[in-house]
Amino acid sequence: MPSLVKSGAVKSDSLYAPHGSLYDSVLELIRLCSTTLPPDIVKSLSNALSTEEGGSIAKNVLDSVLSNIEMAKSGSTPICQDTGSLAFYIHYPLGVSQIKLRALINEAVQEATKKQYLRPNVVDPISGKNTGTGVGLETPHIHFDEWDKDEIEIRLILKGGGCENVGIQYALPHSDLGASRSNDGVQKVVMDGVHKAQGMGCAPGIIGVGIGGDRITSMEIAKRQLFRKIGNRNHDPVIAEMETELVANLNKLGIGPMGFGGISTALDVFCGVIPRHPATYYVSISYNCWALRRYTMTISYDRDNGTLGEASYD
Amino acid sequence: MIKLTTPISEKDIRALKVGDQVLLSGTIVTGRDAAHKYMVEDKPDFIRPYLLDGVIYHCGPVVKKDDSTGEYSFVSAGPTTSRREEPYQDTVIDEYSIRGVIGKGGMGDRTAAGLQKTGAVYMHAVGGAGSAIAANVSEVSKVFMLDEFGTPEAFWVINVVDFPVVITMDSHGNSLHKDVFEKSEKNLAKLLGKA
Ligand code: SF4
Repeated sequence: MPSLVKSGAVKSDSLYAPHGSLYDSVLELIRLCSTTLPPDIVKSLSNALSTEEGGSIAKNVLDSVLSNIEMAKSGSTPICQDTGSLAFYIHYPLGVSQIKLRALINEAVQEATKKQYLRPNVVDPISGKNTGTGVGLETPHIHFDEWDKDEIEIRLILKGGGCENVGIQYALPHSDLGASRSNDGVQKVVMDGVHKAQGMGCAPGIIGVGIGGDRITSMEIAKRQLFRKIGNRNHDPVIAEMETELVANLNKLGIGPMGFGGISTALDVFCGVIPRHPATYYVSISYNCWALRRYTMTISYDRDNGTLGEASYD
Repeated sequence: MIKLTTPISEKDIRALKVGDQVLLSGTIVTGRDAAHKYMVEDKPDFIRPYLLDGVIYHCGPVVKKDDSTGEYSFVSAGPTTSRREEPYQDTVIDEYSIRGVIGKGGMGDRTAAGLQKTGAVYMHAVGGAGSAIAANVSEVSKVFMLDEFGTPEAFWVINVVDFPVVITMDSHGNSLHKDVFEKSEKNLAKLLGKA
C-alpha cells in the first residue's frame, strides 16, 4: 500500500509531534482500517458470493456487502457506522518511549474521531456518558512489546460491538455438548459457539479461537488470531487440519450471511494455542463480523540518526 | 423486489411475508436505546407525525454537519442490534401506530406478538453496510433530542430512497430467525453426532 507520508530524518523528540510523520502515518492507519476492507477479506467475500444460489437472499446480502465495501473505499467513509473498539499491538525498538507513543496514538484517535473516520464509542459504564472524543481511561487498548528490529510495527484492529457480544468462552470438559479435553471437544464447542451467534455478529464471520491459557490470555490469543490472513494455516499440522475441518463444518450449519440461511457462515477459522494449567482447559471464541478491519503498519526507525522511513500498510 | 413508500397502509403490511425483499422509500425515523426508553416512559408527541404508519430504524449513524449551512448528512448508517429494544418495542409500535421496524438480528416473542396485533413487520437491513445505506439517505430533515441523547441516540428524521431490507418477521407470527435457528440446530446436532 503506498504511503501518503514522506520519509526523512526526524529529531527524536519531534518523532512524537502531532502532525509529524509518525503521527500522520498512525492517522492514515486508522483511516485505512475504518474505510478500506483488507484485500484478503474482500476476496473471501467474493468467493462466498459465488457459492450462494442465484436470487437467494444470501446472494443479495453479499452483493450489498461488496458494494458497500466499494463505496466506503472510494468515498473514504467508514465501512460500518460502528467503528468498533480500537486495539493497538505495538512492537518498538529500544529507545522509543511508550509514554510518548501512547500520547501520540491518543491524539491521532481524537483527530480521527473529529474527521469521522471513527464514531465516538467510549462510554462510562456507570454514568452512561460518552466521552465523545474516542478516548478514555486505558482506552484505546494499547499493547507494547520491545523488539530488536530497527522498526516500529503497529497493528490495529477495529472490533465492532455487535460481534464482540457474540464471543464466548468454554471450559472443557463440557458435558452437555459431549465435549472432552481433546481436539474433537474443541471442535464441538466452536461449532456450538458459532451456532449460538447465529447471524447476530453480522455473519459470515471470521472466527478466532484461543485454546489453553487462563480466562484472559485465552481470549487474548483468540483475538490476536484475527490478524492472520484468510487461508493462512497454523504451523502445527494437527491444528491446521482442525482449522480446515472447522471451516467446512461451520459452513454446513446453514446460518448464512446475516443469519438469513445460506452456505457462508464462516469465512475462516484461526486457532491459536498456548499452555494451560493442568486443572483448566479454556476454549475462547473471538467472533468477528465480515467487516474485519485490521492492518499492520511498519515503519523503519534508526535511533542513532533519528531517521524514520516510509510507512507501509499490510 | 417489492417497492414500498411510507406512510404504509395496514393492508400493504399484512400482505408481506417472511423472506420478501423490499426497497423502502419515504420518511423514516432513527431511534435506539435512549429513544425507545423515552417513547415508553414519556410518550413524546413531537415524533408522532413521523411515525404514524411509518417506520422506525434502529441505527446510530455517523453524521456530518456542514458548518456553513448547518445542514446534516449521514456518513455511515447501518443497523444496530435490535434485541436491546425488546422490552419496549411492542409498546412503541402500538402507541405510535408504527408499520415497520428496521434493525438487525431480529427480535423476540414479545415483539412478534406486537407486530401481529398492530399490523407491522420487522425489516432486516444488511449489518455493516453503513456507507451503502447512507447513500440511500437522500435527506436529513430534522433531528430531535440531539443535545440530550447525543448523535447515535437522537431521533433523526430522514428520507430514504430504495433502502434494501428483508422481511424477517411478518405480521402473521412467522420469523425467518426462528426458522434458521431451528434448521441450524438440527445441523449442529448432526455435526455433534447426536442426531
Ligand atoms: S458486527 Fe461488525 S458489521 Fe455488524 S454492525 Fe457491528 S461492526 Fe458493523
